Amino acid sequence: MQALFWALVGMALVVIGLYALIVHRHLLRKVLALNIMSSGVFLVFIGLARRPAQDGAALAPDPVPQAMVLTGIVVAVAATGLALALIVRLRSESGRSTLDDPADD
Amino acid sequence: MDGGKRTHAPHRREPTRAEAREELPSWGRTLLALALLGLLAGLAWAVLSLPRPAPGLADAVGARLAESGVSHPVTAVLLNFRGYDTLLELVVLLLALIGTWSVRRARRCAGNVPGPVLRQLPGLLAPLMVLIAGYLLWAGAHAPGGAFQAGSLLGGVGILLCLSGHSMPDWAQRWPLRLVALLGVAVFALSGVGVAALPSGGLLDWPPAAAKTLILGIELAAMLSIGVILAALFAGGRP
Repeated sequence: MQALFWALVGMALVVIGLYALIVHRHLLRKVLALNIMSSGVFLVFIGLARRPAQDGAALAPDPVPQAMVLTGIVVAVAATGLALALIVRLRSESGRSTLDDPADD
Repeated sequence: MDGGKRTHAPHRREPTRAEAREELPSWGRTLLALALLGLLAGLAWAVLSLPRPAPGLADAVGARLAESGVSHPVTAVLLNFRGYDTLLELVVLLLALIGTWSVRRARRCAGNVPGPVLRQLPGLLAPLMVLIAGYLLWAGAHAPGGAFQAGSLLGGVGILLCLSGHSMPDWAQRWPLRLVALLGVAVFALSGVGVAALPSGGLLDWPPAAAKTLILGIELAAMLSIGVILAALFAGGRP
């Protein structure tokens, strides 16, 4: 049951991150929201990996989802670094930190 | 190192705080929150209706663990059973670095001016962090640890050195930096193709007798690459 609890917490994090991703305009906040979403996905994986394979038997956690989370963390870090570099470049080119149409200003 | 000329932005207007925070009206946000609560309920139902007992892969991994060359199941999955994932993950890191390098040039750690404590800190911490990275790499064969944990520690050493004002010598910023960044993918891919050339071998299919040596060599190269790439991503651009 504890494994399911962590999976549910992870899903709540995904939904909170999705909300922030939609609501905020500033790109840095969008990147932070994406990071919260990915943390939520990792928590779902880690939580579900701890589900007992047989009823009642407390076995070692499933290593495959854990390895996938390790892969996912590295991909998330790489994507975040690239996104931050793009934001900085966008700001130095256009003076804006959002993706709004400049005609609206 | 901001050598090139900077383009001056046509207009540099700070958005007001309210503007930066939200673009939806309050009723829109309420509606969105309700819709996302519905999504959460759906996701929760999906998890609660998963089959029990869990059809996990733990038994399958445990059955072949002895042939994998390491005794820790997560390392065995990462570097042996699902080697493709890890190889392509290193490629993703490399692509992110190439993308970052093609977007902008690195500045000297965002103009950070280190205080006296930060200037002294690397002398104490950096050797210890390198030592622990080496330990984590070795421990990964039988306990939690491995190339990624060790590589992120090495990346931390790079960030610490950058923040405390120790810049890399110029010669190291040219081909040695690129060589080390490539090393992980190169060693992994060459070993993977090399074992395919053996009789009865397949791509990334380590022979059990040589698995430990191969995995350790790949992890060593991957650790160096990951550390360098993470530190270079932090520097935020082409040197």
